[in-house]
Amino acid sequence: MRALLRNRLARRAAGTAGTLFGVAVFVFVMLRAIPGNQITAGLGTEAAALTPAQQAALERYYGLDRPLVAQFFAWLGNMFTGNFGYSARNQQSVLDLTLRSLPVTAELAVLSIVLALAIGVPLGMLAASRANSARDALGQAVSLAGLSIPAFLLATTLLSVFAASFGFNPNGQGFATLAEDPLLNLRQMLLPALVLGFGIAAPILRTTRAAVLEVRSEDFVRTARAKGVPERRLQVRHVLGNALVPIVTMTGLQFGYLLGGAVVVEQIFSVPGIGRQVLLGIQQKEYAVVQSTVLVIALAFVLVNLLTDVLYRVIDPRVRAS
Amino acid sequence: MPRGTLSAAALAATLSLALTSCSSSSGPAPSAGATGAGGGKGLVVGVTSDPDTLFPWKATQFQAVNVLQNLYGTLTEFDKDLNVVPGLAESWRASDDGRTLTLKLRQGVMFADGSAFDSKDVKSSLDKIMDEATAAVARTSLASVKSVEAPDAGTVVLKLSGPDAALPANLATVNMAMLSSDDTEEKLNGTPNGTGPFTLGKRVPSQSLTLTRNDKYWGAEKPKAPTVEFRVIPDESSIVSAMQSGNVQLAVFNDPLVAQTAAGGGTITVAKTPQLNYHVLQLNARRGELKDVNVRLAMQCAIDRKQVLDTAALGEGEVTGPITAPAFKSDPGKRPCPARDLAKAAEYLGKAGKAGGVTVKAIVSQGEYATSVNEAQNLKAQLAEAKINLELEVLESGAFVDRWVAADFDAAVALNGGRPDPDGSYGRYFTSDGNLNKVAGYSSPTLDKLFAEGKATTDQAARKAIYDQVAAELENNAAWIWLFAGYTYTATTAGVQGFTPMANGSLQSLRATSVS
Repeated sequence: MRALLRNRLARRAAGTAGTLFGVAVFVFVMLRAIPGNQITAGLGTEAAALTPAQQAALERYYGLDRPLVAQFFAWLGNMFTGNFGYSARNQQSVLDLTLRSLPVTAELAVLSIVLALAIGVPLGMLAASRANSARDALGQAVSLAGLSIPAFLLATTLLSVFAASFGFNPNGQGFATLAEDPLLNLRQMLLPALVLGFGIAAPILRTTRAAVLEVRSEDFVRTARAKGVPERRLQVRHVLGNALVPIVTMTGLQFGYLLGGAVVVEQIFSVPGIGRQVLLGIQQKEYAVVQSTVLVIALAFVLVNLLTDVLYRVIDPRVRAS
Repeated sequence: MPRGTLSAAALAATLSLALTSCSSSSGPAPSAGATGAGGGKGLVVGVTSDPDTLFPWKATQFQAVNVLQNLYGTLTEFDKDLNVVPGLAESWRASDDGRTLTLKLRQGVMFADGSAFDSKDVKSSLDKIMDEATAAVARTSLASVKSVEAPDAGTVVLKLSGPDAALPANLATVNMAMLSSDDTEEKLNGTPNGTGPFTLGKRVPSQSLTLTRNDKYWGAEKPKAPTVEFRVIPDESSIVSAMQSGNVQLAVFNDPLVAQTAAGGGTITVAKTPQLNYHVLQLNARRGELKDVNVRLAMQCAIDRKQVLDTAALGEGEVTGPITAPAFKSDPGKRPCPARDLAKAAEYLGKAGKAGGVTVKAIVSQGEYATSVNEAQNLKAQLAEAKINLELEVLESGAFVDRWVAADFDAAVALNGGRPDPDGSYGRYFTSDGNLNKVAGYSSPTLDKLFAEGKATTDQAARKAIYDQVAAELENNAAWIWLFAGYTYTATTAGVQGFTPMANGSLQSLRATSVS
């Protein structure tokens, strides 16, 4: 049993390493396939006026004069020693930048998920409680809205409505982290989390509805009901409890996407998260910033998936047994 | 596209997504109401991105230039009408043969670190800017300088290869900032050390950058606001809502639509300023059909510039000739075909032996500035009516820059930067040995001679006459097709006083701005 577990862990670790290496190669190649480099990103068309000697001096400065393969392995080697590279633009190490932006996005992701669960699960249960009824239609409508309204539209609308009508725009102030000013931080996170959470609530609602409908038709539910278990207890304990596995899967997946996918919302609300760090890195062709940050996001994604797997086992004894 | 880069970068940041990351580890940036030593309220300026470098000799990004201008001093400066006025040099005098320029330096000027500024710093700065290894972007502006001498602490003598009337204006850009001879690029990247009205206070990467009033500043007028915070809000519309809720007091917009939204609310005042930057259809006279001057002239006659301005930029701007600088401005009425003339266009095509029509390929950048694609489509539609097929190649801005830098295009829809001095604007494009001549695609002995004459005289009226001839020569040969110059929009909330917008987009009057 122990050997089996160890084997499984080793396989998992190897898989993770393989995935991350693949991501590293892919990002490295894609970045260099984008036209331009740090010189043209910084100087723009002014780069046309550089003399060859000036060009060479800049290439040396940015480390672009070395062969690509050497650049790749130098970067990867450095990653292992905890040197994520340096952002010339920010005059800071990429590790420092990441250590600041990752918690911000993680917080935003957690808040969004909490909001999404708070909206999606009850509405999904409600919708399933009477399939094809008016309340089911309402649930479907909410879910359709969540899926179809683009985040940028919802974000700009909320921002301008709140700012213009109520003067509520904590995002126009300097950003405060949770540790610095919890109250301001939560106010600044409210609108972005709402926008993201609304988008994720939709798939969670749908999953909940489907799972609840499926569980309800199973024998043990009928048995419990026949034994006189009160309806509320039946819904929460028996039905929802057993419908949790797909909901957890869906939530885990969404959380993974949120870590890298909050770019647009972070942009509009000026939330200094990791999505914006990548975006900025791409625009400035700061190769080290993009490569290292994307790798961190990939690692987080893998870890969240791992955590989801562990959660299954806790929730569903059948998974444990298999 | 020299200073075009600036506005292009600003616009890029504006209209495509911009930037930012990381939270502060040392507390939130000072709030709008922060009161500093010396009284007065801090000013918060909304910007779409933060500086990509703090090293003035390499800064071309609009935001970087705006910040650095307030930190560093230059030998000369521009006043609000873009006339050259004394800066760190109190006066300057050219010798009779024009081969020597002697500058008298201001006394008692100090760097932010407390060290004194003198001729040694000027010599070291200019020498380093001229050194190719520094990769300073203003290097070519010193092309006529053979050597720099510092006979005493208060005097600098520039030995020139010939008269250079554009030199004093060239010295006024922040790319010519005077640095302490003890400083290195590495040091300055983290800790700016200039002689400007402000010093660097706090910086939170990609979030905010705060300037603090320099009480040792040499200017007669000390900065009014104790602090100026550049707060990064990547989206222009989000800046508008930050202004509506009072978190930000000043911002400069490039997108007319955003400016209109801002002005609509009633709490924000928006001032329009004509720009030196100009929108242009660049033609490469060394390639394909465009080698024939008649084809280029036909294109020129087939375009109604006002229509391009109206359809692509909501009419927000002015139709312009080559020179946009107020003191040397070209008269668009004097060009060939000042109004659209399809008959004339057909005539030129006939002369070129292309009565059946021609095809010209044009590169267009997507996302570098708001109006590019709309301009290109309008140009295409207008030219089609003259049997000229403008084949558009719409490129992501990085790809556009790559192609542009390599001069790998027949025509290009571009937003180029103008400068207060026409030699600075066009000398490097349209003289045969200009470093951007490859990209300009046109030069002639006549233009070489005119540009040389323009540099050789300091008489303002004579120079104006010479650059009128330059403009005429450019348009008579349809080197490019100049379209229009837009506006920038300075938005301020109530209580902001003393800010003067400038045609080069400079925020130098932040030093005179106060908030009540």
